[in-house]
Amino acid sequence: MSESPAIFNLVPILPFLPLAAFVVIVLWTNRSKKLSAGIAIGGIGLAWVLGWAITFTTFGIDRFGAHPFRVFANWLPTGRTWQAFGFALDPLAAAMLFMVPFVCLLIFVYSVGYMGVGKPLGLHDERGKPAEPGNVDKLASRFFAYIALFAAGMVGLVLADNLILFLIFWELMGLCSYLLIGFWFARKYDDPKKITPKEAGLKAFLTTRVGDTLMLVGIFLLYAQTQSLSFADIFKPAMLEHLATTTVTLPLIGATPWATLIAILIFFGAIGKSAQFPLHVWLPDAMEGPTPVSALIHAATMVSAGVYLVIRTFPLMQAVEHGAALQFIAFIGAFTAIFAATIAVAQNDIKKVLAYSTISQLGYMFAALGVGAYVAAIFHLLTHSFFKALLFLASGSVIHGVEHGHHAAEGHGSGGAEVQGSTGAGEHSHHPVEYPIPNTHSFDPQDMRNMGGLFRRMPRTAWTFIIGGLALSGFPIITAGFWSKDEILADAWHGGHIFVFITLALGALLTAFYTTRQVVMTFFGKPRTAAAEHASEHDSIFQWMTIPLMVLAIFAIALGWVGIPTTFPVLGVLSHNPLLHYISSQAEALYIEAVELEFSFVPLVTSLVVVFGGLLVGWLVYRKAQLAHRAQYVTSVEEYVDPLARPLGPIYTVLKNKYYFDELYGAIFVKGAQRLANWLYRFDDIWVIDPIVDGVGKLGRKLSEIGEWFDTHIVDAAVNGVGAVTGWFGSAVRVIQTGKAQNYLLVGLVTVSVLLGAFLLLPK
Amino acid sequence: MVPLTWYLIFAAALFCIGVFGALSRRNAVGVLMGIELMLNAVNINLVAFWRYTDVSQMTGQLFAIFVITVAAAEAAVGLALIIAIYRQRSTVNVEELDTMKG
Repeated sequence: MSESPAIFNLVPILPFLPLAAFVVIVLWTNRSKKLSAGIAIGGIGLAWVLGWAITFTTFGIDRFGAHPFRVFANWLPTGRTWQAFGFALDPLAAAMLFMVPFVCLLIFVYSVGYMGVGKPLGLHDERGKPAEPGNVDKLASRFFAYIALFAAGMVGLVLADNLILFLIFWELMGLCSYLLIGFWFARKYDDPKKITPKEAGLKAFLTTRVGDTLMLVGIFLLYAQTQSLSFADIFKPAMLEHLATTTVTLPLIGATPWATLIAILIFFGAIGKSAQFPLHVWLPDAMEGPTPVSALIHAATMVSAGVYLVIRTFPLMQAVEHGAALQFIAFIGAFTAIFAATIAVAQNDIKKVLAYSTISQLGYMFAALGVGAYVAAIFHLLTHSFFKALLFLASGSVIHGVEHGHHAAEGHGSGGAEVQGSTGAGEHSHHPVEYPIPNTHSFDPQDMRNMGGLFRRMPRTAWTFIIGGLALSGFPIITAGFWSKDEILADAWHGGHIFVFITLALGALLTAFYTTRQVVMTFFGKPRTAAAEHASEHDSIFQWMTIPLMVLAIFAIALGWVGIPTTFPVLGVLSHNPLLHYISSQAEALYIEAVELEFSFVPLVTSLVVVFGGLLVGWLVYRKAQLAHRAQYVTSVEEYVDPLARPLGPIYTVLKNKYYFDELYGAIFVKGAQRLANWLYRFDDIWVIDPIVDGVGKLGRKLSEIGEWFDTHIVDAAVNGVGAVTGWFGSAVRVIQTGKAQNYLLVGLVTVSVLLGAFLLLPK
Repeated sequence: MVPLTWYLIFAAALFCIGVFGALSRRNAVGVLMGIELMLNAVNINLVAFWRYTDVSQMTGQLFAIFVITVAAAEAAVGLALIIAIYRQRSTVNVEELDTMKG
């Protein structure tokens, strides 16, 4: 430890760089949007430079994972033990440190364009609603403050050295997620059924809270068993042995090792955060947030934090050999992977497709961890972050392009109506003036049915999106997604987890299919609306937005090269599989199996078949639909009939409605909570509590009335009676005071005489 | 020699006349004169008792002279008061002088 490079001492300050940016923006610079954006980018940029410097330093250390770098100080006294405030740098953290600040930085840069920083303030824009195209968002500074705070949370989480600190950063990200989903808090839709950003934020926060609560219980139990929450202490073999052998008797289930129980409880935190079934419902609605947020939080970083949690605590998860914990993780992951992929097939919102795809891919990672593919899960986590961030950012670019097109088309349409054939309508005169202009309020720039033919209009966006899509589908050899996904399949195959293998292969088929569907619907064929016809990426904001896309596209391809198995035919000779070697030193230290698998053709062929099959079927089905489409604009999105709708029939409706999970949860939990609240209200206000309180009040009032009567009639009467008697006596006696000296003299004489007489006559 | 009893009866009669005068006269000067009579009745008693008890001691005569002196002072003060009241209220009728009440 003592020979750690000096640069490692900078590890603890990394999370505080974006945090400082947040503080500075909130306190001082929020009036200037340009300055705020600059500070946010500066904060994360510095973290990125230092982070990469640190990460690349670790690459040069031989077997770094065997002796990770730790720095910590006692912070929180808990009984006889201390909770440390500390950071740790091991290969896993360093690998994440490679990805997190870099993706954050790119997304921050993208946000400059997306939020329109540098553009004028719109006269009609409102706070908490998206700005009109060509204007800056009124709350852009706040946006940069939030994402800087979020970045601090994510960097801190990656480096956290114990579960307490991990949980703090975890919740910090949850807060930022809530704030950013509801960033356009004033936005309302005409359709009352459509969820608003405000509601979506609340939904996300409450749904993840379910998982977080269970995770907290798990952490408490862990602390109760081990007296420590530091990763280094918990993962000592003796401690794990203790957890795996001592059992707790649960109702219904019977004796369960503590390790299994705690692992599953902690995994529930990951289920909530990574939107796995059954807590997946929040992530698609989280797309109500601005698109950089979807890319940053709901694709690249925060949702992968759930996977990171399981990777971090993997020694605990596998403490019981062939235990229920890993099986549970594998089951949830594999089920979610295919479950979300089927829903993605029938979604029309460009971001919702990606959201379900994210859920599905996170399911892949959990399934990988469940079958013990530790390195493959890390690999897929890293590649997925890059290509999913790319896809989201590209979709944001598409949405902006379509919005610009919509704006241009509307301006053009009304202008044409006013000038009526004069030279004013000149520049767009090759378009027919009479095409139907969709109503501003009902036009949805995120609906893929409104798009089509964007390839020629937005080439940079389209190319990068297609690269991201290919990576997501796992297009062989050239894309990063192929290598990571293939490794997961290979691990599942070799581990003998046939069920998981088949499920994931089917999921991959669907992934390739819906990605093709999305690409074709968005970019190919003829434009289906005037907005798509006029879409362009020539505005100055697109310079900010497309450069991060290109950088991410490079990584979506090149990042796969770090994990090419050496046993792979032909290419394996060129590869050293550096990722495996890098991670395996840590895995060995933690007694996790991480060895190169023998090559097998079954997973490779399966992988190739499903990818090409999915791509081909998708292309054929949707290409035909595009060609069959009439050569005019749709007036309503309902006119575009999905080619799958008829053959699948009711199944399509079920998929489109996401298996009715929102309705189901709404009926059970939301309605249930409302019922309970209503019942409690009655219990409180009508039946029990209020009557008791009222009764006490009434009794007090009655008592005080009796007291008042007693006061007026007894106490007052006695006091007044004394006064009256005294007054009466006084008025009786006052008559003898005449004021005449002779009377007094007479009285004196009589008195003296009487006393004298008494003195003389009475016997002594 | 005239017996002591006679003197005492005379002094008591004189005292009673004085009391009657002080109580019944309406004129304040008359009241004052009644008081003088009572004082003089006392003087007679003092001198009489002196004569019939221890002659060698001069106490009875001394007391009588004291009483006469006090009576003179009293008469002076009393008359001054009466004049002051007359100036104030234009009357010396004691029936009307009732300001001592309340």
